[in-house]
Amino acid sequence: MNRIANWTQDDLRKDIPSFGPGDMVSVWVRVIEGDKERLQAFQGTVIGRHAGGLDETFTVRKISMGVGVERIFPLHSPAVARIEVLRHGRVRRAKLTFLRNLKGKKARIREKTRAIVAVENEAAADEKSAS
Amino acid sequence: MIGLIGRKLGMTRVFDAKGNVIPVTVIELGPNQITGLRTPDATGYAALCLGFEQKRDSLVNKAQQGHYDKLGLTAPRVEREFRDMDLEGKKIGDTLKCDLFAVGDLVKVTGTSKGHGMTGVMKRHNFAGPVDSHGTHEFFRHGGAIGAHTFPGRVWKGMRMPGRMGHDRVTVRNLRVIRVDVEANLIMIKGAVPGPDKGIVYVRK
Repeated sequence: MNRIANWTQDDLRKDIPSFGPGDMVSVWVRVIEGDKERLQAFQGTVIGRHAGGLDETFTVRKISMGVGVERIFPLHSPAVARIEVLRHGRVRRAKLTFLRNLKGKKARIREKTRAIVAVENEAAADEKSAS
Repeated sequence: MIGLIGRKLGMTRVFDAKGNVIPVTVIELGPNQITGLRTPDATGYAALCLGFEQKRDSLVNKAQQGHYDKLGLTAPRVEREFRDMDLEGKKIGDTLKCDLFAVGDLVKVTGTSKGHGMTGVMKRHNFAGPVDSHGTHEFFRHGGAIGAHTFPGRVWKGMRMPGRMGHDRVTVRNLRVIRVDVEANLIMIKGAVPGPDKGIVYVRK
């Protein structure tokens, strides 16, 4: 393993749920106003995860008042209080940039059935225990 | 002054308590072996000779071999003098580690910038380039005029033109040390430092 990744391993967050492109998530962000802190939600579709390790970010897209809004979050940032996965989407590519050109009914993503999610989680767990 | 020789490993990011992103460069700094002492009495200035990494035997010529045999050392890959380092209690063969630097220190980092080869004026000097429309053809990345006619009848010295870019010695000052790991010989410095990954850098304080 490369030495940078080794050194920053402890900075990685362990409390991140498994999610990927196509999933509907709600990202709770810490917002500091003056000396007060509150949480703000950003709910939308994950259209991609980028880079890896401590550098990893993910992009969430939502339609706000008819306007497409995308926000890029650093996955391991303490500013992200928590990530809720609301729905697993069935998609066939890693980056859903094509969603930018679609709206309304065309921009829908099919939901992954519970069975598929369960099988995938099991496979991921197996992989973890194997490694 | 305190200085050490290291190798740039690459960049990543860390977060502060508020969640702000801090871009950092990770440098493998040391261990450096003292290969020579320069005292004011002997040389007219005080300095420490430091060596970093080991050179393959096949790269060491006989003159170097003799030199390092006499010192009881093996030949380092990189060797350099650092002026005005504290010579007190130091002797040839001692090892210096990156614990000379502490979190929060402001350091200078010197390296050899990435070589870009022969480049045009747009990349090398940030020229805007000519207009791309209004009948322009075969003239898209040129520099334009380089001077007047009868006076001065020549091109002024220092006129910015195409040529080799990069591979220069560059120093960046006032970079903050974010983390130090003495055991692993690693140091994290905020911001970018000159040169490619795996390039040799000198870190001074």
